[in-house]
Amino acid sequence: MIKNISNLGDAALYCDFGKEVNKDINTQVIKYFKTIQKKNISGVNNITPSYNKLIISFDLKKINFNKLKKIIDNIEIIDGDSIQNKKFEIPVCCEKEFSLDIKRLEEKLKIKEEKIYESFFEKEFFCYMTGFIAGMPFLGDLDENLRAKRLDTPRVKVPKGSIGLTEQFANIYTFESPGGWNIIGNTPLNIFDSTKEKEPNLINPGDLIIFKRITKEKYQNYHE
Amino acid sequence: MNKNYFEIIRAGINSTFQDLGRNNLYHIGVPFSGAMDNRNYLLANKLVGNDYDDPVIEFAYQGPHLKYHGDKINIAITGDVSFKIKNGDNLIDGECYQSFILENGDELDIISTNKSVYGYLAISGTFDLKFQWSSCSTNTKAKIGSNNGEKLSDNQKITIKEINNNFVNRKLNYVNTKIENIRVIKGTNFNYFSEEGKKIFFKNEFKVSKLSDRMGMRLEGKKIENIVDTNIRSEGLIKGVIQVPADGNPIIMLSDHGTIGGYPKIGVVVSADYDKLVQLTPGSKVKFQEVDLNSAETLFKLYDLETQNLISQI
Repeated sequence: MIKNISNLGDAALYCDFGKEVNKDINTQVIKYFKTIQKKNISGVNNITPSYNKLIISFDLKKINFNKLKKIIDNIEIIDGDSIQNKKFEIPVCCEKEFSLDIKRLEEKLKIKEEKIYESFFEKEFFCYMTGFIAGMPFLGDLDENLRAKRLDTPRVKVPKGSIGLTEQFANIYTFESPGGWNIIGNTPLNIFDSTKEKEPNLINPGDLIIFKRITKEKYQNYHE
Repeated sequence: MNKNYFEIIRAGINSTFQDLGRNNLYHIGVPFSGAMDNRNYLLANKLVGNDYDDPVIEFAYQGPHLKYHGDKINIAITGDVSFKIKNGDNLIDGECYQSFILENGDELDIISTNKSVYGYLAISGTFDLKFQWSSCSTNTKAKIGSNNGEKLSDNQKITIKEINNNFVNRKLNYVNTKIENIRVIKGTNFNYFSEEGKKIFFKNEFKVSKLSDRMGMRLEGKKIENIVDTNIRSEGLIKGVIQVPADGNPIIMLSDHGTIGGYPKIGVVVSADYDKLVQLTPGSKVKFQEVDLNSAETLFKLYDLETQNLISQI
């Protein structure tokens, strides 16, 4: 449930679901997101769910903070309308040329490379949110022993398809972009396709992801 | 066959097609985009008798130099811009907020913006563009929108789908003013900063850095000290949000901003000041001034009334 609603500037509602970050709280955020999206409230121009927050921005010409807050305060979340979790298997190649930070992670975490991969590939991930760059999924949770901070100096260019780790999360760089996550592999799968206007994102909040290790040969001959 | 087109002799620094932008895509990571300076965008379209939401060419600093081929067409430029029109041997000094007729073979040379960043070129008609999510706005970082998500380049052609034969000469008396005090509402992480840091934010001057583009504006000044945490859990952003990363220098999110961010938010620029904010050139000095939500809403009403009033004068 929303713990508090405040204003973010003069044209957005900042809905806080509390300090914790876990699947249950995030599922609540996504339920609110979907309900509000379906309501098509006049003036609302963007709804952005994240781990434990929901930001609703609006056109100040059509509605204002107090009016929208009243609507959100009284909104009924339909619990039966549960989220459709899709499941995906994402192929990942971990050859040296793709696993840019695996050695650094070995040192940071004091765990052998093979153990890092073992634990990573065993995990079923949950998609908390997508964004920062178009289609980038934020996936959790990594085991405690795999949690590392961002690079001290972010890379100017992280290659498209890179799989990055930071704190309790993994992500996928949907196109070449600056970024500071620890890169451990690369997927040949296209995660964001802007030509598909209806469903440009392969992975959406609430989806479940398993990564599957593939050889370099498979990577090179990969066809979707 | 499109017989009406512009030939690009020089594309300019960052010339892109823009309109009102895209809604309801933040949750998949696609930003708003659209014309940075909304008022000047609307005025440009009105001056050539277009619909208010028609695509225009936005340029930054140096604009494009174009040669026109085709039937007579009306154009208008808004902002604070120096440009020339070459008609045969005649070289005419252009004036902003006034429509001009271009004929076959005429050249339009948008030399530069003056003490501002963005200017707008509208034509009496429609460009032949690809729309994505109901908008032509080009986002060069994500490669979304018209022109394959790229800015205009030299020697390219801009084809015109239709001319609306609206040749009324229109004019508006309007002068852009430069903003010095940017009004902000306190951000959701305002209390992450030390008392001294908060004082610096509202009392000291900041300088606009060269590292500013359609995504964001970086500012330089006395370091704003964070006493809680220099990172927050990543969460949604909107345009106008002022984030302060560990180095203590504010960054203001602009129209092509990343949709999610993990730096503390010290403030948010009020909607009424956004058009003027984006026009600040590198090196400009600015101060932040605190206002509350009620005042911000009133300021926006005034800004919107003034815009409507200008539009009705055309």
